[in-house]
Formats: sequence, structure tokens, C-alpha cells
Amino acid sequence: MTQELVLVVIKMIVVFAVALLVVAYLTYFERKIIGHMQLRLGPMRVGPHGLLQPIADGLKLFVKEDIVPHDSDRWTFYFAPILNLVCALVLLAVIPFSYNFMVTRLNIGVLYILSLASVGTIALLLAGWSSGSKYPILGGLRSAAQIFSYEIFLGFSIMGVLMISGSLDLVKIVEAQSKVWNIVYQPVAFVVYIIAALGELNRTPFDLPEAETELVAGFHTEYSGFKFAYFFLAEYANMIIVSCMAVILFLGGWKGPVLPGIVWFLIKMCAFFYFFIWVRATFPRYRYDQFMRIGWKIMLPVTLANILVTGIVMMLV
Amino acid sequence: MMEKGLMDKGSVEGQVVDYLMRETLKTREMWINMGPQHPSTHGVLRLILALEGERIVDTEVVIGYLHRGMEKLAEAKTYPQFLPYTDRLDYISSHAMNFGYVLAVEKLMGIEVPDRAQYIRVMMAELTRISSHLLWLATHALDIGAMTVFLYCFREREMILDLCEMAGGARLTTSYFRIGGVAHDLPDGFIEQAREFCRIFPKKAKDYDDLILKNRIWLSRTVNVAKISGEEALNLGLTGPNIRGSGVYWDIRKDEPYSNYDKLDWEIAVYDGCDVYARYLVRLKEMRESCKIVSQCLDVLEKLDGPVMAKVPKVIKPPEGEVYASVEAPKGELGFYIVSDGSPKPYRLKIKAPSFANLISIPTMVKGHMVADVIAAIGSIDVVLGEVDR
Repeated sequence: MTQELVLVVIKMIVVFAVALLVVAYLTYFERKIIGHMQLRLGPMRVGPHGLLQPIADGLKLFVKEDIVPHDSDRWTFYFAPILNLVCALVLLAVIPFSYNFMVTRLNIGVLYILSLASVGTIALLLAGWSSGSKYPILGGLRSAAQIFSYEIFLGFSIMGVLMISGSLDLVKIVEAQSKVWNIVYQPVAFVVYIIAALGELNRTPFDLPEAETELVAGFHTEYSGFKFAYFFLAEYANMIIVSCMAVILFLGGWKGPVLPGIVWFLIKMCAFFYFFIWVRATFPRYRYDQFMRIGWKIMLPVTLANILVTGIVMMLV
Repeated sequence: MMEKGLMDKGSVEGQVVDYLMRETLKTREMWINMGPQHPSTHGVLRLILALEGERIVDTEVVIGYLHRGMEKLAEAKTYPQFLPYTDRLDYISSHAMNFGYVLAVEKLMGIEVPDRAQYIRVMMAELTRISSHLLWLATHALDIGAMTVFLYCFREREMILDLCEMAGGARLTTSYFRIGGVAHDLPDGFIEQAREFCRIFPKKAKDYDDLILKNRIWLSRTVNVAKISGEEALNLGLTGPNIRGSGVYWDIRKDEPYSNYDKLDWEIAVYDGCDVYARYLVRLKEMRESCKIVSQCLDVLEKLDGPVMAKVPKVIKPPEGEVYASVEAPKGELGFYIVSDGSPKPYRLKIKAPSFANLISIPTMVKGHMVADVIAAIGSIDVVLGEVDR
């Protein structure tokens, strides 16, 4: 019993420490990759090729003055970034990086991830509301609107996969893809999932809650120092989660020839990071009402039709 | 302007509802201050927006944060001394600003500018137009969220700034033009480098098109956004690419040709979409046309020798009188109205800056649109606050 507990604690520490480090270095890679796509070098000054830049950034944010606006709702203002980061990090607990490397195996893994991800988005609303300032409120309202639009079709897009694998357990979902990856059976759902994921991540072209050229910095306009870093880390941690989910649900998780499972998992995950960064370097931003229209008028019917077709095919086969 | 009852105020119910709305619920529009430190108001523009949700009910443009009293300063400077001040009007297209000013003074004094100087001026003004439009495209795209276009545009703008540096010694505030010609002839190697630019620019311009011209997101953000009809545009006094984006054929280079624009072969860019997208297309085409003009000027300059400065008296003392001269600056019609009392300093100098009139169109354009469209609209009219406030 104690042995098991120690093992779990060790796994937890490994996953979270690695996750935080990866998150920090994701920012580095994003800046580097976008830099090279845009004819610049990205960070170059701190360490060789700027490799220590994320650490320098973290230190800077840590020692920065922590400003709390006069009109803010103090406790909520403090609570929002913590809630956001915690929600993002606890999601990692159920991600199976390989058949036996995970913090805990939950038989309702998908449900757990979907529900906690929504709670994380409420943090953005809280942040916007508690700042007591107008731009953050607009940013917060936008993120509230986003919760409604994308959570629904994100959930529906996963439905087809769940029907095929017949389980909410992430390990079982991967195991069900031993022969053929779900992306073959569910190409439409995969596309919808990717689009919804961009929405979930608040990334271009759906980075409306923090559209810097419109709302200054959106919901985190008033945040500074480490509270701001929390939002930042949470955003990138969410990026990891969404990539992990895509890999698990559609790309066969750790399955792959020759290399060990965890390596395959990481390769697939990195492909998704790269894709998200690439999208950011390429596309302009949608307007908020257009984003809603896409969600409700295109994505939702498409996913519903997808579920219907999947159901009919499953009945017949 | 902010009072609005939901129902007919004449009826009793209407009055009751109106009373409840006003006295108990206290609903009213959210007023939001955009600028002068907002990231996408291009300098120090300030807008006050009245919002209902994210929809714009009313807009007020507040200017004056960059006021330096240019016109008054002119009265204390001699004519050549004021020239560098014109650089600071629209500081991203200083050649065009110089051009307007020297044309006005030359017209007042009746100076004939040598042909070579004319071609150099036209070429520099067109290079400036390209660089100004590149900066516009860069920031406009960035405002709408397309970051990469921004850096692509700066790559080509850099080449133009290098050319400016070769010709006049400065990159931004050039003051290369003089009353009667240009400061000095083009240096060796300029023509080759300018040719190189003209050769590669159309290819590079294709890069921007590849990224956004037919991009669905770009289209949905710009088509039918911030519309202004040709008639409204005329009434508000819009000029330049903005009015040409509303389908009005008006380009001073064609309609009242100055310098030697009438000897060059180029087309006026007009699109009648009246929206942000049309203004974007106008400027894209203008950049390519300007590139054509620069090529033609280079052809002439290769063969044409001669002085680059007319015979101008040491002390510039225009005769008594008044004059108005205008040029097609990258942002629109730039006019200088000078009243001379025969002394070496202007008695009064008035600048008709295109951005000022263009900026006034913002409230008309964005009414009923969303906050995000304000950004697109500001980007699309291409204001430079140095010129608005003077």
C-alpha cells in the first residue's frame, strides 16, 4: 500500500515537473518556430540560441511587482489564475503517456478532462470580471461566449470515438485503436476536434478573449507578475492537454512500430504543437460573432450528422 | 445622444417602461476608451466608444495628442528652414511631404525645376508610396491578427529605406528635396539597387497575397466591413486610396498632374467595394503601379543627364501673394496653402492633411459594427497622427 502511494507520488512529481518545464520550453519553441517562419531568429541572447530565455522570463515575472487594481475584487482576482493553472495541471493526471506510465487510471477519463477544462475557462471569466476594468470584462465576456460555443461541439466531436471504442477510459480508447487509428473512421470528427481545440486554447484564429489588438490583452490586461505567468503557463499546459487528447483519441496514443510507446506519444504530441504554432503564424483572427456562427451553424450540425452516420454504420456492420 | 427608450414614449406603458429602465435598472451603454495607449490605434489616436455588448452605438474621435503647432512654427522659419518640419507630418512618407511643400513654394516663385530633378522626385515619391503602403499593410494585417504579413512587409520596406539612405542620407525623415530641385544627385549604384528592388518587389508582393488575399478569415473580416459610399466619402472630404476604394476616380496625379506624372504610363487603382477589402485592394494595386512608375523613371534617369537644381536665389523671398499646391501623398491629397508678404518667412501656412479628413470618417464607418471592426476600420483608412495633429 505504502509502496503504491510512493510510486504514485513519484509519478505525480515527474509528470508535473516535466510538464511545467515543457510548458516553459513550449514558449521558447513557439517563439523560435514563429521567428523562423517570419524571417527572424527569435530569442538569441540568453544562453546559446536563447535556450535559457524561458527561465529568464520566469525569473523576471517572479520578481516583478504584483499589482492589484484598486477597483478589483481582491480575492477573486487572486483566485482566478490559481484556478486556471490548477485546472490545467490536474488534467495531466489521467493522460496515459504509455500503457503503464500515467499518474492514475480513471475509468471516466474523457469526462474528467472535458469537465475540468470547462472549469478552467470559468477562471478566465472570473479574471475578467474581478479586474474591475472594462477591457478585461469584454475579454471575460468573450471567453464566456466561447465556453458555450466550443465546449459543445468539442464534446460532440469526441462522441463518435467513444461510440467506436465503447469506453470513457483513455487506455481502453487507445487499445481499441490497435489495428486502425480512429482518424480513419472519424476524419470529420478529427477536423472538428482540431478546430474546437483551437477555440479551447484561445489561439489564433480564435484568440478572441485575449485579442491583443482589440482588447489590449483581454481578460489578463490587469494581471502582472506571477499571476500573469499562471495564465501563461495554463495556456500552454492546455496546449499539451489538447494535443495529448488528439493523440489519444484519434492517432492511436502510444501505438507505433519499433520505438517505445512514450516516444511515439511525444512525437505525435510535438506534431500537434507544431501545427498550432504554424496556424498562429499563418491566419488572421476571426471576429467574435463569426466565431459563434461557425460554432453553432456549421460545427454543431456537422458533428451531429457525424454521430448519426457513425451510429447507422455501427448498427449495420 | 445616449438616451433611448425601448417603447413609444407617448403611450402610458411606454412611459412606465421608460421610467423603469432609466430609474431602476439603469441600463446604459458601456463607454470604453480606446487609446491613446491602445496597441492598435497607430500612434496616439484616441477613440471613445459607446458599446452595447460589443456593438458600437457611438464613436468619438479625440485628436491632438501629437500637436506641435507646425503651422504656427512655419511663420517663424524661413522657407528652406521649414522643409525639415514637413518630414514630421506624415513621418513614414517624408518624400511626399517634402514634395507638396516644395511644389507650393516653387509655384509661388515661378521656379522651373530641371527635368532630371523632376524624375528623381517622382521616383522617390513613388518609392515612398510603396514603403508607406507596406507599413500600412503590415500594421493592418497585424491588427486583424495575421502576424507574418507584418514581417514580410518590413523586409521589403527595409530595401526602400536603404534606397532613401543612399539618396538623401537619412532613412525616415529624409529632407531630400529642395526648393528648386533635390539636395544632390543620386549616388553611384543607386539605379542598379533600385532596379533590383523593382525586379523582386512584384514577386515578394505575391507572398502577401498568398497569405491573405483569398484567405477566408481575412475576407470575412474585411468584406462588407466599415462601408462608406462614394457619396458619403466625397461629402466627408476623403481622398487618396480611401475614396478610390469607394469607387470614386480621383487621383491628383491623373486629374491635376504635377511634376511629370503625365509623361508616365500607369493606371489609377479604383475598386467599388466601399469596404475595408476594397481599400486593401486599392493599395495593393497602387504598390504595383508605383513599382511600374519607379521602373520608368529609372529608364529615363539612366539616359537623362543634367542639373538637379534650378537657379534659385540665395535668400528665398517669394513675391507677395498666395498659392495652393497639392500632391497625391500615400494617404491622399496633401495640400499646402501659403500666403507670402514678400518677406523670407511665410505670412501664413496652412496644411491640408489627408489623414485628418480620413480620420473623421471613422464614426460613419463603424456605426453598428463590432469592436473588432473598429480596428479593421482604423487600419483600413491608414492614418498617421503626425499629419492629423500637425
